[in-house]
Amino acid sequence: MRLEIDSDKCQVHNRCYALAPELFDVDDYGSAMVLNDGIVPAELEELEEKARLAIANCPEFAISVAAD
Amino acid sequence: MTDTLPHDPEASMYGPVTDWATDFDHADPDYNRHAHEIWADLRATCPVAHTDRYGGTWLPVTHADVTRIAYDTEHFTSRSVVVNTGEQLAEAPIGGAPPITSDPPFHHHARRLLLPPFAPKKIDPWEDDVRALCHQLIDDMGDADTIDAAVQYSQHIPVNVIARMLGFPLEDADLFRGFVHDTLEGVNHDPAVRMAAFERLDAYLDLQIQDHVDNPRDDLTTFLMNSTIFDQPLSHEHVRGSIVLLLLAGIDTTWSAIGSSIWHLAGTPGDLRRLWAEPELWPTAIEEFLRAYAPVTMARMVAKDHDFNGCPMKKDEWVLLPFPAANLDPAEFDRADEVLIDREVNRHAAFGLGIHRCLGSNLARLEVRTAVETFVERFPEFELADPAAVRWSVGQIRGPRELPIRVLRRA
Repeated sequence: MRLEIDSDKCQVHNRCYALAPELFDVDDYGSAMVLNDGIVPAELEELEEKARLAIANCPEFAISVAAD
Repeated sequence: MTDTLPHDPEASMYGPVTDWATDFDHADPDYNRHAHEIWADLRATCPVAHTDRYGGTWLPVTHADVTRIAYDTEHFTSRSVVVNTGEQLAEAPIGGAPPITSDPPFHHHARRLLLPPFAPKKIDPWEDDVRALCHQLIDDMGDADTIDAAVQYSQHIPVNVIARMLGFPLEDADLFRGFVHDTLEGVNHDPAVRMAAFERLDAYLDLQIQDHVDNPRDDLTTFLMNSTIFDQPLSHEHVRGSIVLLLLAGIDTTWSAIGSSIWHLAGTPGDLRRLWAEPELWPTAIEEFLRAYAPVTMARMVAKDHDFNGCPMKKDEWVLLPFPAANLDPAEFDRADEVLIDREVNRHAAFGLGIHRCLGSNLARLEVRTAVETFVERFPEFELADPAAVRWSVGQIRGPRELPIRVLRRA
């Protein structure tokens, strides 16, 4: 799974960073960015679950799974 | 405070509400007291209510309508965001309290200035201070059987933190709560009385800004005074307006969220016991309290005549944006009317949506989480001392202003 953030949609709610700091970081403005190029290792089920929660809790629908 | 506006409903210019679909008044004390029932009724019968009060005001209550308006900066302006009786002198795109009252494209620049001081890594270090403050407030209650969780606890927490961030005297806390009351609760009073209240607020802030000119220090006020926009220093009005925003927007909003969360736990002993048994539920519980008891209803003004879902909206009419009503819409949330402290998927809009998302949401979440956790840690069992004595705020910010709690056990 590879995560993407649409930076035009991100309004800096910081939910992804709170729910999955292993997968997301924030810059000095609080804008979210993916860590490790957004790649969520398939062998880490716990991280996949956190990724799904981050996607499902973003109020702006800014996070998605890349199509590739 | 003797010089703040009364919250006696009879002081309203408009008199009692006759019908919530056609003559509603969000500053009638019955509105916040019965908000959940009023929104549920409207959602089923008249999803966009209207009143002639305040020069004409619309009230959408579905998640879809609230969201659509929050994202539409073309048909709706933020130049004034508190529905009130006065003449709206502030002009787009800056407004009186940037960036909350600003429209694009100016909004982007005014907001970008203020994002760094409220980013998570700047806010997280406040946790220890907030926790110490919460413990101090509880220590100050002594061993009384009955305490007021709004008056003795929640109202003090955000005021203390924002005063310290702005570099304002902590002993002026009562004054700040008076300004909040005048601005956000006294919305349906005589415009001349409102204007006098704003003049007191501006005069106070002018004194504080001058004190920072004379004694520069490392705080948000000095930060704003030294900031630039388009390579020019911020105007005095911009500095003062942003301070108005920071001072007023952070106080009774967070105070309301803390109070409502404690009110819920006082009336729902099962949830209180479950948080003790399963403390890992705290993060989802706090988000659920924010969803179910979101304190903030924002507002817009109609920017140009247009038809919205069959409603003929006229330029300069008001539109309330009840994010708490959106959060209770069963079309968007499963079991929307139930408080589920283990709700894992919770895309609530307590902090708004779109470009005006609450700038202080990280600070607010930190204060709410720390305050409610500390209250429960110190008072493992408590209940409402007298449900009829709970007094709710009036106006766009909803939360308990008096909340008598009987302490059943101390830790």
